Amino acid sequence: MNNAVAPLGIRLGLRKLFLKSEPVRGYTLLSPTLLAMFLGLAMPLVVLFTLSFWLQEYLDFIRTFSLANYFEFFQKPIYVKLLLKSIRISGMVTIATVLLAYPMAYFIAFRVKRNKLIWLILITVPFWTSYLLRVFAWKIMLGYNGVINSGLKSLGFLTEPLAFLLYNPTSVVITLAHAWAAFAILPIYVSLEKIDRSLLEAGRDLGESAWMTFLRVTLPLSLPGVIAASLLVFIPTVGDYVTPSLVGGPRGIMIGNIIQSMFGQSQNWPMGAAISVMSMFTVAAMIGLFLWGTHSYRKRIA
Amino acid sequence: MNTNRPWWRPDGFYIYAVLYLTFIYLPVLFLPVFSFNNSKYIAFPLKGFTLKWYEAMVNNPPMLNALMNSIKIGLIVAILSTIFGLLAAKAVTRYRMPGRGPVVGFIMIPLVIPEIILGISLLILLSLADIPLSLLTVGFAHLLLCVPFSMLVLVSRMEGFDKSMEEAGLDLGENAWMTFWRVTFPIVLPGIIASLLLTFTISFDEFVLAFFLSSIEQTLPVYIWSSLRFPSKLPSTLALGATIFMASFIVVTFAEWIRRRGVRLDSTSGI
Repeated sequence: MNNAVAPLGIRLGLRKLFLKSEPVRGYTLLSPTLLAMFLGLAMPLVVLFTLSFWLQEYLDFIRTFSLANYFEFFQKPIYVKLLLKSIRISGMVTIATVLLAYPMAYFIAFRVKRNKLIWLILITVPFWTSYLLRVFAWKIMLGYNGVINSGLKSLGFLTEPLAFLLYNPTSVVITLAHAWAAFAILPIYVSLEKIDRSLLEAGRDLGESAWMTFLRVTLPLSLPGVIAASLLVFIPTVGDYVTPSLVGGPRGIMIGNIIQSMFGQSQNWPMGAAISVMSMFTVAAMIGLFLWGTHSYRKRIA
Repeated sequence: MNTNRPWWRPDGFYIYAVLYLTFIYLPVLFLPVFSFNNSKYIAFPLKGFTLKWYEAMVNNPPMLNALMNSIKIGLIVAILSTIFGLLAAKAVTRYRMPGRGPVVGFIMIPLVIPEIILGISLLILLSLADIPLSLLTVGFAHLLLCVPFSMLVLVSRMEGFDKSMEEAGLDLGENAWMTFWRVTFPIVLPGIIASLLLTFTISFDEFVLAFFLSSIEQTLPVYIWSSLRFPSKLPSTLALGATIFMASFIVVTFAEWIRRRGVRLDSTSGI
């Protein structure tokens, strides 16, 4: 249509085709996004997969197919151990975050009558601080001369600061549960807010206790929000290396730290690619298992 | 749900809510405290009030340069990803297309992949293709991350309004572009603003992709990362953090004010 020289008939014909065919119009509108996603997502993932079968030789790659990286992954216990530990830590983070967030979301959805938006904004305000600084804040909280130690000392409960608060898997879990709180509250809140209030009244009218109404009506209906929240927290935290390297210490490192070092100090990109591929498959399998579990739970109570 | 309790006899939920807010606020509130503390060590006890870290912040060209880089990338990424997201949202909400589900799923992949994997796979591709790392590569990676968010926001806004209003525009003799400009755009505007704010925020705070894909020119999170390792740089970084926090507070208050006006306009112009 930008070709003014083309004969009128052809231009009208093309225009008609464009306006008539919904798929053509739809895909035209989608084309910038799809092109970007192809170049920046599909191709890199293919290249990552390919690289995991190559080997590193000094600064170059040996570009012949080899399973050596995958053999190494399973032979050296550190990789599998770290991957399992990362999944355990992220799983604990997810459970803690969702359990802590649910009552808060419930409170805003059902107990707050006016100014719900104010509460939602109140929840998101702390997350305007840089992620890195939020993680660092826990170093201030848990550190040797940090808030908790200094507070307990000045109250006379301690004579010497506690050194075990920071640099362990627990401090990683606390920090991540704090950093991702908003990602859990908002989806749960949305799913609770959607619940038809008359269903709850029906439950109560039929003689169920408040607790049974919650278990048999509210909780199942809010499950989509819980699932979304769990995935939103679990997926990014598995690969996180910022938090473990700031508050985890040697005992708190996760698989992300290893991947990062393969692309940094260790300079073994193919091995890093293989670890990434294995992590991706494991995470995908965990998500599949989780979704299957929640699905069968929903079918059982339906 | 008859809880008209007086405030001095709160129920369990209320107490829980207050405790929860304490949990999410407390650590973050200590950051600005140390930006006013007259010591370069981030530790108790506090050493007295000072503004010297704010002075150091203003006289710190590398940090201000990183801040400018992040603002630049954030603005460009916000605009581009909102345009991409708008086109894509229009496509999937307005047209029947074969393969819609898989295509949407494909676009949403960046949301379900750990960022580190997105970052390193882009790094590998760029290095094999001999493309040098720069702010441009960071911006491109941010675009990938932001388009799905933008699309989610805009799809939910566009699903909310009636297709017949656009058809009316076309029937009344407007062309497609003018229909978009005079009918669709005003209705979707709140979604567009939400998308711009969200994508700017994501890009501005994004660290992992920028860490892998930037070279000498740093973004602000990459600068902050390096300052976390050099204690002498930390207090002025905290000062900048506090300043940015105040600035975003003002922006969000302003945005909320606009949104309320939008809601009022919505309700007065409703048919």
